[in-house]
Amino acid sequence: MTEPSHTTPSSGAPSDAVLAVRNLRKDFGEVTAVDDVSFTVPRGGSLGIVGESGSGKTTVAKMIVGLERPTSGEIYAAGHDRSKPARGGAERRRRGREVQIVFQDPYSSLDPRQPIAAMLDEVLRLHHEMSQADRRARVVELIDLVGLDERQGQALPRALSGGQRQRAAIARALAAQPEVIILDESVAALDVSIQAQILNLLADVRDDVGVSFVLISHDLAVVRQLTEEVVVMRNGRIVESGTTTSVLDDPQEAYTKRLRASVPGPGWSIDQVREAASLATD
Amino acid sequence: MTATTIETQPQPAGAGSPLLEVDSLALQLPVDGEYRPILRGVSFTLAAGEALGLVGESGSGKSMTVRAIDRILPPRARLEGTIRFDGQTVADLSGAALKKYRGEVAMVFQDPRAHINPVRRVGDFMTEVLRTNLGVKPKAAAERAVEMLARVGIPDGARRLDQYPHELSGGLLQRVMIASALLTEPRLLLADEPTTALDVTTQAEIMAILDDLRRDFQLAVLFITHDLDLASAVCNRTAVMYAGEIVEVRQSSLLHTDPLHPYTSALGAARPDISESAHRLQAIAGRPLSALEAPPDACAFAARCQHHEDVCDSSHPDLVAIDGGLTRCVRADDLRGRLGVSHD
Amino acid sequence: MTAMVTTTAAQESPRRRGLRSRLGVSGAIAATIVAIASLVAVIGPWIAPHDPTIANLSQAWLAPSADHLLGQDVQGRDVLSRLLAGARSSMLGPLLVVVVCMVLGSSLAVISAWRRGFTDSAISSGLDILFAFPAILLAALSAVVFSPGLWAAVAALSVAYTPYVARVLRGAMLRERNQPYIAALEVQGSGATSICIRHLLPNVMPLMVAQATILFGYAVLDLAVISYLGLGVQPPNPDWGVMISENQSGILQHYPMPALAAGACIVAVVVAMNLLGERLLERSNASGR
Repeated sequence: MTEPSHTTPSSGAPSDAVLAVRNLRKDFGEVTAVDDVSFTVPRGGSLGIVGESGSGKTTVAKMIVGLERPTSGEIYAAGHDRSKPARGGAERRRRGREVQIVFQDPYSSLDPRQPIAAMLDEVLRLHHEMSQADRRARVVELIDLVGLDERQGQALPRALSGGQRQRAAIARALAAQPEVIILDESVAALDVSIQAQILNLLADVRDDVGVSFVLISHDLAVVRQLTEEVVVMRNGRIVESGTTTSVLDDPQEAYTKRLRASVPGPGWSIDQVREAASLATD
Repeated sequence: MTATTIETQPQPAGAGSPLLEVDSLALQLPVDGEYRPILRGVSFTLAAGEALGLVGESGSGKSMTVRAIDRILPPRARLEGTIRFDGQTVADLSGAALKKYRGEVAMVFQDPRAHINPVRRVGDFMTEVLRTNLGVKPKAAAERAVEMLARVGIPDGARRLDQYPHELSGGLLQRVMIASALLTEPRLLLADEPTTALDVTTQAEIMAILDDLRRDFQLAVLFITHDLDLASAVCNRTAVMYAGEIVEVRQSSLLHTDPLHPYTSALGAARPDISESAHRLQAIAGRPLSALEAPPDACAFAARCQHHEDVCDSSHPDLVAIDGGLTRCVRADDLRGRLGVSHD
Repeated sequence: MTAMVTTTAAQESPRRRGLRSRLGVSGAIAATIVAIASLVAVIGPWIAPHDPTIANLSQAWLAPSADHLLGQDVQGRDVLSRLLAGARSSMLGPLLVVVVCMVLGSSLAVISAWRRGFTDSAISSGLDILFAFPAILLAALSAVVFSPGLWAAVAALSVAYTPYVARVLRGAMLRERNQPYIAALEVQGSGATSICIRHLLPNVMPLMVAQATILFGYAVLDLAVISYLGLGVQPPNPDWGVMISENQSGILQHYPMPALAAGACIVAVVVAMNLLGERLLERSNASGR
């Protein structure tokens, strides 16, 4: 694994980073949702963005994929600046091939009228010059890659369970062959036993296709499982960053310590709860 | 199913006969015009001052169990079995007795915002039951509300009573819900995923408050959650549900180190560990079954179980007592000592 | 536009179920009435037993007979023939209104919902101003500017109804536009037009059909009123609204049949359309998430 790189290069797109965010800021009227956020994701690496509601982590994700426009700051993905809206369809589609996203809610993130295979076919047609036969083969491959069977591939989303829909959403993100996939609380809505399957699938996918992940999550255990580096956000700012191991095992900031202490786990007792809660009254 | 009533675990101090007894609860609901099982033979007891966790994935029936106890089941529900509160059969209650029961059983929901009228002030909401059902004067009701808010860690209660729900954060609003649930001096608190929608730091605060209240008021708490770790941290005992039935009841401190049912063990192992990452998680194959999909004469978990043998498919297992807990597994004896959770 | 999908995707075959099981008994009756009225609108003039416009004042207000099943009107014309022939303008007018309103209304709604922000506010304010003009006032204006007739009335109603359609659809489209699956398509790099035509509109279509049906009912009624007031279809052309207007004196003179027959046709179509629309609306709500 490469050394963690939190230092922000002074200018241009860093060549070793597949995603670089620099001094990112987003104001909604009077409210500053994201304030001076910088981080980089090395090629093939993965970053967790941890925070609670109102921390600005989802706004960061939306700015990276172009669903929100930054007030100021820079975003580079695969060497291309994407801090301004895309000019024209070609640039829009190229950005689609650089960064993709998987949302939290598996129920509303698929078009209810479109079978999974048709959805994947549409994405392939958008991005790649492929014959119909090649597309068909690739659709089968993608469906298989995320652990769905052929019948599920032909089904409408409503015939699938939450976990199966999330697999379909992952297949859609992979269809464009992006270099980065933003996972915006992508396993948060799933049952524990399904969550484990999807986390394993994501790890498999990363090993197979070498994509980088940016995992937006409130769940520290999930972040630990899937990322090497992490930034902790609070009230729009990064309060702590480093390797996931060091931040979670030896947090430096009071907020990170409290966050860490609040997570229930084996051997966790009500006294620890109280301790975590009393830390809260700072 | 005599095994279900066996109570071998140490009860918390001061507990005599249980406050809540749920016995062989079976629930059916019409699905596509046909009655289908939702709960199958759910039995447990809960003593005053005790916290019992009810853990399960979606479709396990944990929320329906709570709704049956609170008598807020959907229309046309078919309920068999008995629920006794303080020795009285809940289904027989009506009129004044039912009103009294509703006062003694309080409920806290997952999404506080969905259960509070957004255009009325917090004070209105909190004191309504006191004023209308118990005839408490508005001023006295407000005073009691402020007092109770202080107990859930809201020091400036008087100011909060004048605010509207949208002015409060989710964590604050959930504390308001808990405080107002406690105003009628209930003896049983049904908490249905009360912290699932909240941040983890807020969750810790709410859980600490609930635990204090339980001790102070000798409150019996039935805590519904999908989070095995959370339940085992804050409950004396934990019941694990799968496909509409209880598959294990265990002293919480033993759930991870010495579970009795393979599902409990698998559930614990499937969660990622915050203190170390695994190459791959020990995922459970397939997806959780609901009661209506479960085979009637086999173990519902058999298809996903790594300890599955032919015997699991041939009969529906009973809940049996073993080593101070209860488990619904025919191979329970064989598997003793082999189910401890390890993340290796 | 690129062809609609798909590779091997077996299209979910729309299960052919009976009208009754899909719409309920009342919905099925309503659908039948609408179907008959539409059929008559097409073939009415050809199946009319008599010429609907030839007057014969000596036979005014004659009671029903074997030759004139519904009797004769104030000018001695065959009432049944005038009803059959009048179905055309009475049904065609509303159809035109609905088509124009749905096209304009859904276009404005989709632009509002997609662009959000300033565009949305601008369109909404514009529609609010149009809302202030009642349909009848617009019809009077339209009759003065153009000459009174079916076209003037259709134009007036289209302007009057469009804000209503746009507002209802904007709400639904805004909800749909904020769904994550739309955001996922944007992130893929799909164009706005393609997303709207292939994803957003089809998902709002059940609501659009229901709205169009209800709108048709209103249009039948309003066009009849406009014709009754002399601002729409002009006598002696057969039209249900005109028929009520011409024959209203008969109601007081103990010859109510001609006016009431036309009134009954209007009521039947309006009620049927509304019922059908409500059923479709229920279905679109039920099929929604």
